[in-house]
Amino acid sequence: MTPIAAVNDFVVKFANVNGSGSASANELFARAILRMGVPVSPRNIFPSNIQGLPTWYEVRVSEAGWLGRRGGVDLLVQMNPQTWDADVAELPAGGYLLYDSSRPLPPGRLRDDIVVLGVPLTRICAEHYQDPRQRQLFKNIMYLGVLSVLLGIDREAIVRLVGEQYRGKEKLLEANLGALDLGRAHALAHFPDGIGLQVRAADAVGERIFMEGNAAVALGMVYGGATVCAWYPITPSSSVAEAFQKYCQKFRAGEDGNRHAIIQAEDEIASIGMVVGAGWNGARAFTATSGPGVSLMTEFIGLAYMAEIPATIVNVQRGGPSTGMPTRTQQADLLSCAYASHGDTRHVMLFPEDPTECFAFAADALDLADRLQTPVFLMTDLDIGMNQRLCAPLAWDDARRYDRGKVLSAEQLEDGREFGRYLDADGDGIPWRTWPGTHPTRGAFFTRGTTKDPWARYSERGPDYVYNIERLRRKWRTAAGLVPAPVPAAAAQGARAGVIHYGSTSPAMAEALAALAAAGLHLDALRLRAFPFPQSVLEFIEGHERVFVVEQNADGQMRMLLVNEFGVDPARLVPVLHYDGTPITARFIVDAITAVLGASPVRPQPERVT
Amino acid sequence: MTWIAKPRLHHPSLSRNAVGYTRRDYEGKVSTLCAGCGHDSISAAIIQACWELDIEPHRVAKLSGIGCSSKTPDYFLGNSHGFNTVHGRMPSVLTGANLANRGLTYLGVSGDGDSASIGMGQFVHAIRRGVDMAYIVENNGVYGLTKGQFSATADQGSVSKRGVANSDAPIDLVGLALQLGATYVARGFSGDKAQLVPLIKGALGHRGVAILDVISPCVAFNNHAGSTKSYDYVREHNDAVNRLDVIEGRAAIAVDYDPGEAIDVVQHDGSVLRLRKLDPDYDPTDRLAAMAYVNLHQARGEVVTGLLHVDPAATDLHGHLGTVATPLNQLGAAELCPGAAALAKINAALR
Repeated sequence: MTPIAAVNDFVVKFANVNGSGSASANELFARAILRMGVPVSPRNIFPSNIQGLPTWYEVRVSEAGWLGRRGGVDLLVQMNPQTWDADVAELPAGGYLLYDSSRPLPPGRLRDDIVVLGVPLTRICAEHYQDPRQRQLFKNIMYLGVLSVLLGIDREAIVRLVGEQYRGKEKLLEANLGALDLGRAHALAHFPDGIGLQVRAADAVGERIFMEGNAAVALGMVYGGATVCAWYPITPSSSVAEAFQKYCQKFRAGEDGNRHAIIQAEDEIASIGMVVGAGWNGARAFTATSGPGVSLMTEFIGLAYMAEIPATIVNVQRGGPSTGMPTRTQQADLLSCAYASHGDTRHVMLFPEDPTECFAFAADALDLADRLQTPVFLMTDLDIGMNQRLCAPLAWDDARRYDRGKVLSAEQLEDGREFGRYLDADGDGIPWRTWPGTHPTRGAFFTRGTTKDPWARYSERGPDYVYNIERLRRKWRTAAGLVPAPVPAAAAQGARAGVIHYGSTSPAMAEALAALAAAGLHLDALRLRAFPFPQSVLEFIEGHERVFVVEQNADGQMRMLLVNEFGVDPARLVPVLHYDGTPITARFIVDAITAVLGASPVRPQPERVT
Repeated sequence: MTWIAKPRLHHPSLSRNAVGYTRRDYEGKVSTLCAGCGHDSISAAIIQACWELDIEPHRVAKLSGIGCSSKTPDYFLGNSHGFNTVHGRMPSVLTGANLANRGLTYLGVSGDGDSASIGMGQFVHAIRRGVDMAYIVENNGVYGLTKGQFSATADQGSVSKRGVANSDAPIDLVGLALQLGATYVARGFSGDKAQLVPLIKGALGHRGVAILDVISPCVAFNNHAGSTKSYDYVREHNDAVNRLDVIEGRAAIAVDYDPGEAIDVVQHDGSVLRLRKLDPDYDPTDRLAAMAYVNLHQARGEVVTGLLHVDPAATDLHGHLGTVATPLNQLGAAELCPGAAALAKINAALR
């Protein structure tokens, strides 16, 4: 058995028990490596449970900067006897196992083809702490101390991070550093040379920040001027509203009162109802939910589409349908959002790739909803939303003004400007609107769904219905020119095949493209950032013999939208579908594309299986 | 027939209120409901109430759900923005609208199917939150637009037009509103405009949740013998606990009653609700006593009407949330956006 040797390029997996306080130590581990200038991408892998069940935290260390899930594990930190067998079996030969050796293991529970590192964490804790809670909690920071010695992580980096975390709480700070050093002392005494996996200071992080997508969405809503948030708790979206609350408390609370209103509604129907009511009345409003919530909202979404009311809906997608796999990730709500509601409806969707775009697109979604007077979906997923991701710093231009769209003022109404609420006055399909209470005698109208003429008078006449639908089609084409444009990535050499992807697939895709190119397979890539699609998407498809559509759902939902919107030959679009609830990997994409293109298999990273 | 425009002629003798409007300025389109429908009487009472209160029509937002009752906002206050929303979901839309602009007066119009069946959840939660609104349920015990099915407020044992007895227990929206803490709870009868207009005025002037259950007979499907929501039944069983006068703040309060005959309740806007007691023991500021009274008399088959409960110290959702006085929809980037410098600090803390 040869122990795995790697510098700044490996995967550490922590197997913990939910509710044991491990999350904060695990995050310190990831951040300490970042502080050494080495990129990491951590992922929470957890069941739908609060306390007692298994939970995993997987950290990919990659100086090359690959932030997608790699797959596999090189070092296992095993702190949960429940999952021992399966976790240990997952290690490749030559891998490392760090475990709590306070109690002897039954014979046969250890493999002889891995490096086993036992540390009596429970025993050390029992010797040093009296309080049962401390005995439990300090085990976590203690294994962090052990790991810092094993992997060569700078102690000072951890000390600074702990100092920032417990600023003003000196007692806690000292206690945590004490536990850290207990772990370090034990490791230095027993494993003075460390192991074959090493972290070495580099300069590959730069100005990037480390943030969760849900928090970035919330901050984007604050910057974008959302004042009303109505929501109902649902995994994995709840932390959007909670973060919005937190940021509002910081930035929107004044002595004269709060410049925001947040309602935890009785259900998702009420949430979207409040958003629609606020949008109708001129406030920027949003809700955050996941697939089942969107299902409940669909009647309102159809009404908002037809009545042309701005509404922003954040869908942090999870495994579905129904309760589905609430703590697993998928991109499986595209169709249910694109066409949400009965009747003929089509909705704008934005697909951010990371927290940076979550922030930017949240603010953009509010502008687009106002400009287009329609519901706009911000489509993220659990992988982006609930994991910290290394990403570009958030940016805001102070010269930016909110685009409130075509809203007539009292002065414009007073000047006698013609107002037909559903009249295509400008030829772009977007009508003018008025907010309630604007003018004593002009601009009032009665809002309803479809039964209306261009002046919002009641009508069930066919020609009025057709006029309205044709205008909405024009508005849809206008939308295609306003939404974030797709991002092309041309191959280094002329490519006959292309690949389309979107959202959280982005980091795995980048790694896969590099690996494929290294193996001589060159593909042009196009990252979609919004629906409706601009014409450039069709040009990309027509410019390639074959286009792979990589997505994280089982039905190829983006592929269906492309076929449906452009009427392209489905045979040109080859689905690459990952849908087991785990984040897609570069390995998966490479295997799928290689299988079709018929070249010899390539690997983004050699599997270390003997 | 909504496509028939009402003549815009104003009779010169029509008097103007303090804000310069005649009663005609509070009208809407011509009703499309059945001749004799109780709902049209309620629309007329709303017009009268708004005119008497000197409310500028465009400063009212009128919202409704779906159903016969929910069609009516098109038939009054033609210079107000109206919103015919989703079946049973008016309360949430009204809540959102209210959050966006606290400066308008919010009038929600719903029916018994809209509020007590499909919309029960939103009805109760809007009350819990204390949304500042006048919420009128036009209660006829049947579904009119779908031709006469029982609704959830139909009394057990009442008989449909087709001769079928209702076996389900009724939901009493007034009892629920009292239990959930609505701060203004009243019941009226569309056949008694003299009682109804002041109840609507009091509801519109109340800051907080005002629930007004108005028994409004359906002449097409629920006005026959055996119905407990017919004109005849309600007239025979009406137990009015008080008579309400709404005295606006600027009017001098003249004492024209004997002590003990009336209660004056001062509302936030300075207006006074003067309740002339018809039942000497009824005190509407005592919520628990009101619940007991209503339950007792309803058990006797009476329809208890009047201002059943008012809390002079009512609060509302904006008060609970601590929002600024400026309507949220008037705030711009200067008030809402923390700016690039604050973002740089956030970025720095995320490294």
